[in-house]
Amino acid sequence: MSESQSHSAAAGENPEGRKPGSQNLVSQRPESQKLEGWNRPARTEPEADGQLLEVSMGPHHPSTHGVFRMDVALDGERVIRLRPVFGYLHRNHEKLGEGQSYLSSMPYTDRLDYFCSLSNNWAYALAVEKLAGQQVPERAEYLRVILAELTRFQNHASSIGFLIQEMGASGTPLMYAFREREKILDLFEELTGARMMCNYMRFGGCRVDASPAWLEKARARVAALPGFVDEFERLLATNEILMARCQGVGILRPELAVNAGVTGPMLRASGVGYDIRKVDGYGIYNRFSFRVPLGEHGDVYDRFMVRLLEMRESVKILEQALKEIPAGPVMDPRLKLRNFRPKPGEAYGRIEAPKGELGFYLISDGGPNPYRYRVRPPSLINLTILEDMCLGHSVADVVLISGSVDIVLGEVDR
Amino acid sequence: MKTVEQIKAAIEAAVAGAGVEVVPNPSPSGQHSLRIEPGRAVEVARFLRDDAELALDFLSNVTGVDWLDREIEETVTETRTVTRMVDGVEQAVEETVEETRQRIEPGFLEAVYHLYSVAKKHGPVVLRMRTVNRTDQVELPSLTPIWRSAEFQEREVFDLYGIIFTGHPDLRRLLMWPGFKDHPMRRDYVEPDDFEYEPTAHDRVLERALAHQAASEAASTAAGEKASEPAEAAEQQGTEADA
Amino acid sequence: MFGEGILKGLAETARNFFGSFVSAERLTTVEYPEQRIAPFEAARVFPFLVYDGEDWLAGLRCVACQICEKECPPQCIFIEKSKDKKPDFVGKPQSYPMRFEIDISVCMSCQICVEVCPFEAIKMDTAFELSTGDRFGGLLLNLTQLAKPNAYYRQIHPTGAAEVDARMAEEMAKAEAKAKTATDAAAKAAADAAATKAADATPAAGDASQSRPDEESRR
Repeated sequence: MSESQSHSAAAGENPEGRKPGSQNLVSQRPESQKLEGWNRPARTEPEADGQLLEVSMGPHHPSTHGVFRMDVALDGERVIRLRPVFGYLHRNHEKLGEGQSYLSSMPYTDRLDYFCSLSNNWAYALAVEKLAGQQVPERAEYLRVILAELTRFQNHASSIGFLIQEMGASGTPLMYAFREREKILDLFEELTGARMMCNYMRFGGCRVDASPAWLEKARARVAALPGFVDEFERLLATNEILMARCQGVGILRPELAVNAGVTGPMLRASGVGYDIRKVDGYGIYNRFSFRVPLGEHGDVYDRFMVRLLEMRESVKILEQALKEIPAGPVMDPRLKLRNFRPKPGEAYGRIEAPKGELGFYLISDGGPNPYRYRVRPPSLINLTILEDMCLGHSVADVVLISGSVDIVLGEVDR
Repeated sequence: MKTVEQIKAAIEAAVAGAGVEVVPNPSPSGQHSLRIEPGRAVEVARFLRDDAELALDFLSNVTGVDWLDREIEETVTETRTVTRMVDGVEQAVEETVEETRQRIEPGFLEAVYHLYSVAKKHGPVVLRMRTVNRTDQVELPSLTPIWRSAEFQEREVFDLYGIIFTGHPDLRRLLMWPGFKDHPMRRDYVEPDDFEYEPTAHDRVLERALAHQAASEAASTAAGEKASEPAEAAEQQGTEADA
Repeated sequence: MFGEGILKGLAETARNFFGSFVSAERLTTVEYPEQRIAPFEAARVFPFLVYDGEDWLAGLRCVACQICEKECPPQCIFIEKSKDKKPDFVGKPQSYPMRFEIDISVCMSCQICVEVCPFEAIKMDTAFELSTGDRFGGLLLNLTQLAKPNAYYRQIHPTGAAEVDARMAEEMAKAEAKAKTATDAAAKAAADAAATKAADATPAAGDASQSRPDEESRR
């Protein structure tokens, strides 16, 4: 992909993003990133007279978005070590997938990242389609794009809402985000039958077709979305408290981000223009014109801003897709879902899920069940550098930084 | 982007004795993989990351695969000399015999790495490494020093498959708890019988519940309750020590 | 100006607060037990079994093929096949379920059973107020609780039911035509037997033709 397609549209370019007047509000904390070398963060040693305080944040801490624990060693308020502890929600999703047919795994993928079930469906369907070499009808591709972008919109809106709530603004932005999310979930329910566990896509297409009435309704809802993004931006983007708390906190360098496999808005906030929708052009994404927002500082504020701008880009894609959607079947009627046995082989399919690169790796031995079924969870891998980002910050900032990673524990633990 | 054969040639030119082998993938995805020798894996990985043309700076996915011992049945055609009575006279006759033989191909654990390039925007390049067997020689070199994204994923593979990654900075269990003994993603893993009885509609579950109840009742009457307590206490201590 | 951003945000909250009195877009809350939203037609909660006609045992479409039992991802369906057979809607002898149980405490409402069913026998219900005091027996639905008339299916999923009814009527017409050609070709002695068979199929045919005006009036 050429450089022209990605651009720097984050805080720097946005006139409302960062003002010179408010720059002095950036807290004068010690430079957080004391990273020498790549592979282990250089842990700051406690001061000679300082006593270490070991705190277990979580697993039932409201800021951890679920059951996730961080074993933090503190020197006063300063974090000098942080160890994430996983597994509280582990149900061996991959083992379940190996014990049942390809079709039966589809509803389980909904439960990985339960905020974005339709993206998960798509990633799994894509991997199986690669494995079996199936073609997807045109209309189904459009429906997939529409649903995935609606998913991305509602995920980003609520993830910003959660981030602000963790900052102390208990409720207001989150409730506004949820109000919009409800409207999108209504669309999901009308089409797929469920609000969150949609179980909609199938390898080789989609389960049911969207009626013209649904498409009209979706167009009306999408037309109202830019108004909501404007409102959200007016509410939050220039708020001095938010800027003071977010700017310069949890900085992630681009080289480390790439090396640590960070993907999604986290990576783009660090200024790396890598969006799988552009790079792989999976589905029909290369037909739409949209831009990839990039941050320049790689801090919490840039992550917030990149998500906000990505919501705008999603609306752009939605408008184009809803305009161009052709008539036709959504699935080849000859395709059989039951007794589906792909030929032996393997495939790795990945998509740009709202949280990052979601991949499915499948090995078939010719049987009705996959021999190996692996999920590459973006939430888990984005947490690799949590310690690096948090070192030297205070406890209140740890909450903020882990909130800006945007994790869902259903996917982290699987 | 280079084909797998070209990448193989490039690796062999750069790293002496890399021992790269192309593993073809018959599926329509066409993602062929490269099997590398564990001994030179770190050098190969460093070359792949730092090479200007490949620039595979982004390790997307690390996973394990368990391949069990396979019983292979093959038909062998063999010519051998047999003594046989021909027309009343004993003669040595050449004879072609078809024989079905069974041999056991030993199983192994495999680590699979999916590499992409953020700089060049190409990929995937699939690397595979195999352990010697599934039981005692399960060490593989860790690629975490090259790509940090392997840190949690290799821990997960260690946890669920039992591959020991030498050179990993922090090799602990990721998802299971520290006192846990087995590796649940292995294909021959047997679930422990810690089932709690709850009536459901399923025969299999009910049968298991009944068997479990009978076994636990028999155990409690035979051994008495005192014997089981110290064992539990010891196990708990072990867990704490591990943690 | 310092504090401008906060003031801007406060103006936005004020607009939302006052707007919620006039705009339905800003106040989406529904006071649930008093107010209700009608479920969407596609909504799915737990499966039920469809039967045709009046007698649920005779009209049950399920032939106990156990495909749904095998495909169910959380394995919540339990079926016991009958030893004898009974005629289905086209008159073909088929097995029927002696026991058909769904453990709805396990069911995850994924609709895979509906998708794989070749006989249009299992469909998704939209009733969601199913709380019960007995968490074992109360959540294990048996055949009598699961069987619901086709009229109910038409009521909750009108579009889907119309498609199914049309397909079944077509199948029945095909079966009738086949029976007719068979009778024509057969000898007189066989014709008598075929006539009684056709007479058996008539009540079911009447049921399907009755459904048509009913649906049109609903549209």
